[in-house]
Formats: sequence, structure tokens, C-alpha cells
Amino acid sequence: MKNEPKIHPWQKLLDNPWLLLVLGVLIPILSYTAWGWIELLMTKPALLP
Amino acid sequence: MSSSHNLSAPGTPGRVCGTTGLGVCLDAQRFIKLNAVVGIVFLLLGGIAALLLALTRWQTVHLLPADWFYRILTFHGINMLILWILFFEVAILCFACTTPLNARLYSRKVAWVSFLMMLTGGVMVDYIILVGQADVMMTSYLPLLAHPLFYLGIILVAVGTLIGVFNFFATLYVAKRDGAYTGSMPIVTFGALAAAIIAVVTLLHGAIVMIPTFTYSMGWTAQPDPAWYRLIWWGLGHQSQQVNVCAMVAVWYLISHITVGAKPINEAVCRSAFVLYILFINLASAHHLLVDPGVGATWKIWNTSYAMYLAVLASMVHGFTVPAGIELAMREKGYNSGIFGWVSALPWKNPAFAATVLSVVIFGFLGGITGVTLGTQQINIIAHNTLRIPGHFHVTVVGGTTLAFMGLAYYVIPLIFQRDFIFRGVARLQPWLFGIGITLLAFGMSFAGSMGVSRRSWDIDAQGVYGPAAHLWLGVLGIGGTLAFTGLLVFVLLCVGTLIFGKKIEGRAMADWGTPTALAGSTPGSLAHDHYAVKGTMVLTLVFLACFAVYYFANWKALADVWPVR
Amino acid sequence: MSLRPLTAPWFHAPAGFEKIWLGCAILWCFVMSLMMPYWHFRGKQNSTGEAYTVTPAAFMARVDKFVAANQVGTYKNPSSANPLLQELPIVEPPAGGDAYLMGRMWMWYPALRLRLGETYRIHLSSVDLQHGFSLQPLNMNFQVLPGYDHVLTITPTSKGEFTIVCNEFCGLGHSNMSGKIFVE
Repeated sequence: MKNEPKIHPWQKLLDNPWLLLVLGVLIPILSYTAWGWIELLMTKPALLP
Repeated sequence: MSSSHNLSAPGTPGRVCGTTGLGVCLDAQRFIKLNAVVGIVFLLLGGIAALLLALTRWQTVHLLPADWFYRILTFHGINMLILWILFFEVAILCFACTTPLNARLYSRKVAWVSFLMMLTGGVMVDYIILVGQADVMMTSYLPLLAHPLFYLGIILVAVGTLIGVFNFFATLYVAKRDGAYTGSMPIVTFGALAAAIIAVVTLLHGAIVMIPTFTYSMGWTAQPDPAWYRLIWWGLGHQSQQVNVCAMVAVWYLISHITVGAKPINEAVCRSAFVLYILFINLASAHHLLVDPGVGATWKIWNTSYAMYLAVLASMVHGFTVPAGIELAMREKGYNSGIFGWVSALPWKNPAFAATVLSVVIFGFLGGITGVTLGTQQINIIAHNTLRIPGHFHVTVVGGTTLAFMGLAYYVIPLIFQRDFIFRGVARLQPWLFGIGITLLAFGMSFAGSMGVSRRSWDIDAQGVYGPAAHLWLGVLGIGGTLAFTGLLVFVLLCVGTLIFGKKIEGRAMADWGTPTALAGSTPGSLAHDHYAVKGTMVLTLVFLACFAVYYFANWKALADVWPVR
Repeated sequence: MSLRPLTAPWFHAPAGFEKIWLGCAILWCFVMSLMMPYWHFRGKQNSTGEAYTVTPAAFMARVDKFVAANQVGTYKNPSSANPLLQELPIVEPPAGGDAYLMGRMWMWYPALRLRLGETYRIHLSSVDLQHGFSLQPLNMNFQVLPGYDHVLTITPTSKGEFTIVCNEFCGLGHSNMSGKIFVE
């Protein structure tokens, strides 16, 4: 059994490119794209008083 | 033929670099060469366009007629912001996933498909613009409509780049699986990874916006909504610039390491900064829509703030760690006198180093400060679509990223193309010529823009509202642009000339551009535990913060002077 | 090492100057994060994006109705290189009321006359391409889209003749596209 050096959990996250890929795609698509798209879809028709 | 992805495995096509001793994958080498050369060709085309534009906005010269101005402006945007930069970045990705990991590129076939798609798309777009069928600006905002080949070309470039990015990820995966390396990937590869992740988001947006626009231009589907188009397009348009930021910062770490022996002062801090980019930097595409109808104040404020400025924090981190790495390396070499003694011993004659420092300073002080300020929801009211905006992005993408990439070329050509540069004296001056030119151009743009001069406009005199000061700044724009073009042309001629006439390097080290020697009595790593060593960097960053605060609040004051509006 | 993999664990908490800088940077980011919401509630200049969907034809009809009901004069500029700008109706909305301003290739129609200190709701839309409403010399800038009625609730606090430049590319006549707002 090799004596594995202890790796900090934060390092484990940073060492995981696949998790970073998923988060890096999801977060902007939700915050910028989806939210913005919904705002546009919810635009009401003009009353033109 | 070896099926392992380990460069050291027998039968793997690779060679050992005569300068660094690192392994070079021959497939990656081929695609670095192809992509870098094609990138530099598009840089030249975009640069010629830039000169023509600068000499037109300089009203005294007013070189191009209106229709050609708008045509060449479209051409310039596409060639610089999409073609030059994406090709060069694919070259960087090919390097970053192979040599530092001692790995071989995942697939030669995939790399060919990627390269040929990108090239076909680029030629297609350039052709259709030059024949006058796409005078729509790079942004091609609907309802402006271009010929279908314009959209198809961009789709090909986007999909081709995405395929190249896939090759990068696949290489990372098999390199880890096959044990080509153990442990964590180095910071340069990590920065490239951040760029690649953001490229995925970017290119997804490109597909989502360009495909329905292409089918509309063919008459097959209805017109997409213009506001929706802007939202999604900027998911492509701005996020591609964030790819540039990550690649540029990765290059800063790379060049500072090669030229001075710098390394990240704290790996966790540097990498976390890249992670903040990955998670939050793309939100700021919203800063293109700050004075748009339809998207509300909360969406605008949250997204333009990069999630409470977490991605700006990341840039400020790199703005510290890059100079700090350089300073620490110099102090450990024995250049330890006073706060700034190490600065005079830096290898200023090394064009890659000079380009990097100029890139850091121009990007940080000019680009970062103006970008965050102009990207403030309310301040954008006094800036949107004025020349302040190009003033900002010419210091980031050009003074920052392009200049850093030029610096990198001074090592790529000797190490990958294996030729020593010709006219080395001229090369040493080139980054300064280009950097000063771009800075002048940006000052001209920014000051004219604060006087209300529009971007993307052929002539300001027709309105009758701009005075001599605005004309003066447009003159500065013209002169800066001419200087910058000269710097660009010198760079291209040096590169092309070197590829043809440069002395071949085979079996020896490249000619040294100049790296500081360690003084007698110094030990590498001697300051590893001194956390207060980097006094110079601390002073510089505090000065930066002061400038930031002054510029930022000055703009709020300028905003407060205009009419109340909601 | 920037170019070689790291085989030993590398996580260390920040210390020394880098920790100080992190603290300064975080503080500055916090200050900036507060500025926009603060200005949204307490500041006078905001871009809330208030908008409604509208067809170009419906908007144009509303503009014509606005001009017919509220015209107070004609702006004449016979020497203008842009024939569309040689004569424009000057229209004054009621105090606190709605004004309708249309952007089209290549003019802003109609010219407006506003009163100092009054608040108006200016409805901006385009009947063809995207345009950029750029009020000079104040340098206030907003995006104008066809299909969207972009409402600005705005209060002129200075008198004079103001020119509306277009700053979104809209074809060959783009740099000639102009409009007028007079504040008395």
C-alpha cells in the first residue's frame, strides 16, 4: 500500500477538470442566458397610452 | 506505432527540445505550426484593415468612402476578434496539453478536421465580406442581414474550434488515464483548461444564435427576435474574449517562467483565480446589454458584476501573482536591493519579456479599470456605443492578449519551428512600438468617446455637434493606429522572414534573448517561506487600486451630471 | 514549476503580502458590488430596461397620432445634407406625459420640445433596424430595437438644443442620422 499524501479538498476540486467543465457551462447558461431569455419572453405588450 | 499517449513511450512520435529538455509531440508541433501561421496571416489582414480604418476615423485623412469603411470595419472585427485569436489559441491548446504533461495529442485526424473547418469558415467569411455581401459589422445585429455564407462561415469556424477544444480535453483525459503524468497539471495547462472550458460555453452560444440566423437568411425560417439575438450573440461575442483573457494569463505565467524563472507564488491562489474565471467571467456578457430594453435592472446588475465582482477579483489576483512571481524569482537570484532594485535587472531586451510586461500593465491599468467602470450598469449610459468602448477593448484584446501572443511567438518560432529570429535588434523594439501605438490609439478613442463621438461611424462632421477637441483625439487615434500597424507589420515580417531565412536550430539550444543570471551566493527557493518578500509588487498593486478608485468614482460623478433617467 | 506537473500536494493558504492584497481586492469588490444597487435606489440615472413588445406599424401609428395632437412648430434646416432632416415637426408632450420617438433609416422623428424640470416618459422604438439613441452633448446612450417600445422616464435638467445622434450601425446613411430635442 503506497503512503498517499493527504490532499486538501479544495485541491481535489481544482484537480477535477470535468467538474469544472460542468460548472463552467451550467453557471453562465443559467445566470446569463436562461435568465435573460426568460426576461425577454416575459416582456408585456405595449399599451401605448 | 505506439498506442500509448505517453510521450516517453517507445514508438511515440516525439522529440526532445534542445533548449528546455522537454518532450515535444510531433503531431502537436505540426498543428501548432499550422494554426500559428494561419493565425498570423489573419492578423496581417486584420491589421491592414485597421490601418485603413484608423486613417478614415482621423477625419483630416478620411481615407475610405462610407461603404468601404463599414465593409472593412466588419472585416477587421472578424479577422481580429475571431480568426487571428482563435487560430493562435488552438495552437496554444495544442502545446498546453502535450509538452507540459509529457503527453501526445489525442488525434491527428480530429486536429485536421478542426483546422480545415476553421480555415474554410474563415476564408468563406472573409470572401463574402470583401465582395460586399455582409456589411453588417462583426456583430451582424438582426434585422441587418448578410448573405448566408457569412453565417455559415462563422458556424464552420465555431464548430471547427469546438472540435479542436474536444481534442484538448481528450488529450487531457488519456494523458491522465495512461499515466503520461502524475499529480496536478501545471499552471500553464490549467490556464489553458480554463480557456477551453469557456470556449465550450462560447461556441455553444455561437451555434444557438448562428444556426437559426443562417436558416432565416436562407429563407427557411422566421426572423429571430432582435433582442434575443443580442443576448445570445454576446454569449458568443464576449465569452470569446474571456477565452482570450485566460489564454493571455496562461501565457503570462509561461513567459515569466521561461524568461525569468518565475513560478506561481501560491498555486492555490493562482488556480482559484482561474476557477473564478471559469464560474463567473461569462456572466459579464451582460455588459453589452446594459442600456437595452427588455432585460431588467436586476439581471443587468447581477450579471455585469460578474457575480459581485468575483471574476474581477480573479483578475486582481493574477495582477498580483504574475509580477510577484517575477519579483520573487529576481530576488532569489540575488537582485534584492530596495523595493524596485530588481526592476532594472529584468531582461528588458528580451522581446517576449517586454511584451509580457507591457501586456500586464496595459491590460491591468488601462483595460481592466476602464472595463469594469464602463461595464457598470448606470455608467454605461454615458458610454454605450461611443468610442470609449473600442478604446477599452483595444487595450484588453490588443494591448493585452495580442501583445502577449506576439511575445510568445518569439519563443514558439525558435522552439517549435526551430529557427532563430532574423533582425534580432528590430525584434527587441517591436513590442514597444506596438504597445505604445495601441495605447495612443486607445487614448484617442477613449477621449473622443467621452466627448460623445460614436463608434462604428464613418463621419462625425455631418452631425455638427463635435468640436476641435474631438477632432484632435481622432487625430491621436489615427497616429496611434498607424504606429500600431507598423508594429504589427514588423512583427509579421519578422515571423515570416524568420520562417524562410532564419538559421535552423537542430540539436542545439535556441539563441538566448536574454535572461537574468543568478548572482553569486544566491540560492533558488531561498525566499520560499518569506511571505513579505514582494514589496515592489505590493506597492504597484496598491497604486493600481488607487487609480482604479479614482477613475471609477470620477465616472460616477460624470454620470450624476446628466439628466435623471430610469 | 509552471511547466511541469506538481507531484506533491500544493494547497497552502495565502499568507503575507498576497493575503493583504487579497483582502484589499475583496474589499474593493465589495464596495463596487454595493454601488450599483445603491444607485438603483438612491441615484438618479439608471437603465432599468423598461420595455414592451410592439409592432413597427403600431408604433408608427402611435407616433403619427402623437405628432398630430401635440405639434407646436416646425424645425427647418434647409441646408442639411440629409433630406429627411430638412424639415421636422416639433412636438411637445404634456407635462408628465408620454412622448413617442421613432428611429428609422436615417432620422429620429419627430423633434421634441420639453420643459425644464418636467418628467416625461419617452417611448423609443425603431421601424426598421437597430438604432442607438445618443443624446449630445450630454452623451446619454440607449439601445433602440424594432419590436420593442423602450421607455425612458427622463427629466431634462438643462436648457438648450440637443442633438440625437445614432450610434448603432444602420446602413450607409448612419452617420447622417440625426434628431433634435429642445428644452425650454
